[in-house]
Amino acid sequence: MIKVENLTKRYAGVTAINNLNFEVEKGEIVGFLGPNGAGKSTTMKILTSYLPASSGRATIAGFDVFEQSVEARRHIGYLPENTPLYTDMRVGEYLRYRANLKGVPGRKLKQSVGDVVELCSLRDVERKLIGALSKGYRQRVGLADALVHDPDLLILDEPTIGLDPNQIRQVRELIKNLGGKRTVLISTHILPEVEIMCSRVIVIHKGKIRASDTAENLLKGQRTAGSMRFEAKVGNDNASAELLKVPGIKDLTADKDGDYSIFQLRLEANTDPSEEVMRLANSKHWTVREITRRRPTLEDVFVELTHSDS
Amino acid sequence: MKTFFTLFGREVKSFFYSPIAYVVLFYFMLLAGINFWFQIQIVNGYPAELTIVEIVFAQALFWFPFILSFPLITMRVYSEEYRMGTLETLTTAPVRDWQIVIAKFLGVLFFYCILWAPSFISFATFHRITGDSAANSAGAYWTTFLLLFLMGMFFCSVGCFASALTKDQIIAATISFSVILICVFLPFLPMVMNITSPAIRDIFAYFSPVQHMEDFSKGIIDSRPIAWYVSMTALMTYLTLQVFQYRKWKA
Repeated sequence: MIKVENLTKRYAGVTAINNLNFEVEKGEIVGFLGPNGAGKSTTMKILTSYLPASSGRATIAGFDVFEQSVEARRHIGYLPENTPLYTDMRVGEYLRYRANLKGVPGRKLKQSVGDVVELCSLRDVERKLIGALSKGYRQRVGLADALVHDPDLLILDEPTIGLDPNQIRQVRELIKNLGGKRTVLISTHILPEVEIMCSRVIVIHKGKIRASDTAENLLKGQRTAGSMRFEAKVGNDNASAELLKVPGIKDLTADKDGDYSIFQLRLEANTDPSEEVMRLANSKHWTVREITRRRPTLEDVFVELTHSDS
Repeated sequence: MKTFFTLFGREVKSFFYSPIAYVVLFYFMLLAGINFWFQIQIVNGYPAELTIVEIVFAQALFWFPFILSFPLITMRVYSEEYRMGTLETLTTAPVRDWQIVIAKFLGVLFFYCILWAPSFISFATFHRITGDSAANSAGAYWTTFLLLFLMGMFFCSVGCFASALTKDQIIAATISFSVILICVFLPFLPMVMNITSPAIRDIFAYFSPVQHMEDFSKGIIDSRPIAWYVSMTALMTYLTLQVFQYRKWKA
């Protein structure tokens, strides 16, 4: 559905994206992750023909986004960052206008608009001015606009920003239900969102792709480290030094809570040194209060991949 | 074509979403009415060589509101889209840039025509009450309104161009106001500077909207102003498209 080859975009003096290559298959829901300024929005703007690329090419459903831009755009439902809308129009009127603009045939117009109004729960505000709506409603109007011509591909730039937790859940549910039939490319930096919705994750940092895999595989990935919390009464022993000798422990931070010491242990990837730690504690006669292993989350992966000096 | 009418419809309607349309319409009708009433008083009081139509369109009371109307109706056309960010939703829909530019231009021109429509009524009323024609012949009405349309076309395209340059409506209005002011009043330069050379006077008269109006309100059709306004409109609209695309690519 989306094919991006050697895509590069330079603004005056700054390379926003650098030699990007990726593909998105039909029916996939792909999460586009990266810190602010990583090039997510730029990539999306190029895919929707809003910006031209400096070099490289991108195709949507086989149409070049530059050469056959109008054909490519017919396949796309796009929700830009910050959801720009005509604030002087009424919700229903705006959606009818957008449906017309996107070539929804006259006889299907009412049906199409009715469907997205229902889908995005906009029935109550259909006759209200967009300017008078709250951020959450505007976001849903933007989403309804993106969906109104029943596109094969949805490109959503941070669709859940500004929504309350209930609305976020609704939107996630909505997007999840769109998968299979439609292809979705969604950018966000809310990580749990990606784990819930996306079948694949592309992590982008400083204009380059750092990883592209399922969330599960990324978690299992080589570079990912888990961590462990260990609390014990260690007396006058130099426990930090002892713990660092245990294979699998990369480094640690130590803290005091009364007689107890609290250690946060960073582990090597795919290791579980809990047995060794317990054996050490027994041999040293430390009183153990807590030992917990924290499985790596997507957040750890994200930090690992997008850490500035990595 | 459907895309075009959708865009055009939104442009025309957008005037009426905001109070601008009503304020401009009110002010325009008021001034046009005062102007008309004023000229009737003059014709009533003194023997006149000119017809009502010729007098009405020769007055400063016509020209100043006329010039001022263009910045007011064109300033938000592009600037507003830039400022609100709606340019992104607009241009990522399957719409071609030239469709947007033409639809916006014709939308403004259409509103300009609405602005002028009521003045027909003044002349019709005059004709009805006095039984005398307000112009020297029926054709003179048509030529007058033809020229109004032609000038409107050119100045609307100037206004659209100015609006396409900036996201600040005030700057857009200032630019178009200055350009239109120069277009209307620069041709008076030879008169002001006492240049007597007929060649230079002729050149300036050729570009003078005031001179054009003097001719057309008598019912004289001169093809040179027609060519001038049509070609300038085409040029300005083409430039608008270029600026629009440049801004979009740059954004």
